[in-house]
Amino acid sequence: MKHFSPGWTLIRIYTFLVYVFMFAPIVVVIVLAFNPKQFGIFPMEGVSLRWFIKLAQNESIIEAFRNSLILGSLTAVFSTGIGILAALAFIRFEFPGKNTFNTILLSPIMIPEVVLGVALLLFLRFLQQPKSFVLLLIGHVVLTLPYVLLIVQARLVGIKKEYEEAAKTLGANAFQTFRDVTFPLLLPAILAGALFAFTISFDDITATLFWATAQNQTVPVKIFSMLRNSISPEINALGAVMILLTVTTPLLAGYLSRKFSKVRS
Amino acid sequence: MKSNSWKPWALLAPSLSAVFLLLIIPVCFVIVYSFWLRAPSGADIPAFQMGNYAKFFEDFFYPKILIRTIRIAFETVILCVVMGYIPAYYFYLSQSRYKQVFLLLIMLPFWVSFIIRTMSWINIMGDTGLINHFLLKIGLIETPISMLYNEFTVLMGLIMYLLPFMVLNIYVSLEGIDKSLLEAARCMGCTEWQAFREVTLPLSLPGVSAGCLLVFVLTAGTYLPPMILGGPGNDMIANLIFKRVIGTLDWPFGSAISVILLSLLFVIVWTYNRYLGINQIFKSFQGN
Repeated sequence: MKHFSPGWTLIRIYTFLVYVFMFAPIVVVIVLAFNPKQFGIFPMEGVSLRWFIKLAQNESIIEAFRNSLILGSLTAVFSTGIGILAALAFIRFEFPGKNTFNTILLSPIMIPEVVLGVALLLFLRFLQQPKSFVLLLIGHVVLTLPYVLLIVQARLVGIKKEYEEAAKTLGANAFQTFRDVTFPLLLPAILAGALFAFTISFDDITATLFWATAQNQTVPVKIFSMLRNSISPEINALGAVMILLTVTTPLLAGYLSRKFSKVRS
Repeated sequence: MKSNSWKPWALLAPSLSAVFLLLIIPVCFVIVYSFWLRAPSGADIPAFQMGNYAKFFEDFFYPKILIRTIRIAFETVILCVVMGYIPAYYFYLSQSRYKQVFLLLIMLPFWVSFIIRTMSWINIMGDTGLINHFLLKIGLIETPISMLYNEFTVLMGLIMYLLPFMVLNIYVSLEGIDKSLLEAARCMGCTEWQAFREVTLPLSLPGVSAGCLLVFVLTAGTYLPPMILGGPGNDMIANLIFKRVIGTLDWPFGSAISVILLSLLFVIVWTYNRYLGINQIFKSFQGN
């Protein structure tokens, strides 16, 4: 079916405009990161790397990057770990209350982050514990768990149970079956889930504003406090670095996993 | 099967205990705290009284913020449907080789930090931003128009954040429609428009409504766009909670507002689930 009708042309133009709307602001951030002047936004007066250099010399931003990377990686590890176990339970077993428990585990998606932020902080206050890195970590695990669960479950449904049963018939125990059969087949979903968890944690701002202290600021929290003054080319440069990092990671991972799977097959 | 009955529970133990301990119990604490008293010294006193709720509905100040939140959420939902349906429909019917690339591109903003997407509007709509610069350049205006810090910019920020969710939900349900139904409709003499109205549109409504629910819920709890792109009069309920809890450390009142927000969302999600079923929402996340 070929589309040449005027209606189809309008649909294409409309879609194009929506893309412009979605991407113009992001492109402008990247372009303005190279703006040499200190005050005002437009017009640009040439191209310079001075704000990137200033960023690289800013101790507190380097520190925030380190915090964000460590937090994101640990969140991805824990969230994916317990997410895989839960997905196995939901897809491979029958037990009473299955749907209810599934809904409970997915519920953090539907609970506003502000409420989650208040709730965890209040609980901590009751336990008379200070805010710490551990609070950020467990908070981020709860935030990311539903997404990991959804991604891993979706993949697990597609892996035939027969493979696992065959392995068991051939004498493998439960752990061997998981290690040699289920895990390799599940790997793309595990990587996707971990990546998703990392990115959500790396980008999270609302709940993190509740949980972070001056010592463990993440990059978004740092940007937030810089925005208090007003927008500056330095923030745009930091934004450009963030965009580069969070956009290339999934693209690179997708490319690598495709290459990897080609080599194997 | 009997001997296996403990296994799923062992597998579920870590995630269930995490969610119970770190989500459900803390939310119960919020509910309990919302009945407590706050001493003038700032200490919280255990009590069971409705004072915090009474304070919220005492005059028009707080209910106005609640109503504004609901209104902005509805506006965002409508704008997202209007802006999102056609691109999703385009992805569904397009035979372009680059369809997958386009689809990936609309997801790309998901990967760009929320705070950067939000603040990027300042570059566009600020006094020395792109639009003012352009209008000055072509001589349409003499002095910059001030466009930032109002409800319109808040809506721009919200749409930028939520449109991908809507597009994805609609696309997932369009993808599920058997294209031979369309061909059948065309064979029976329907025009392209009639086929869309009679076949495609009704069958895609589950995706539209799932997208609407998701966008509504996420907007109602949103904190960042009103904070960065809104003025003093554009606060939404989440901003109020943040101010009461982090700003004035009024935990009981902050908890009460949280409970009000949660109840609002609960009523909406419950009603939706009762009549339409909640599972459609989770489909869109599994697609990618």
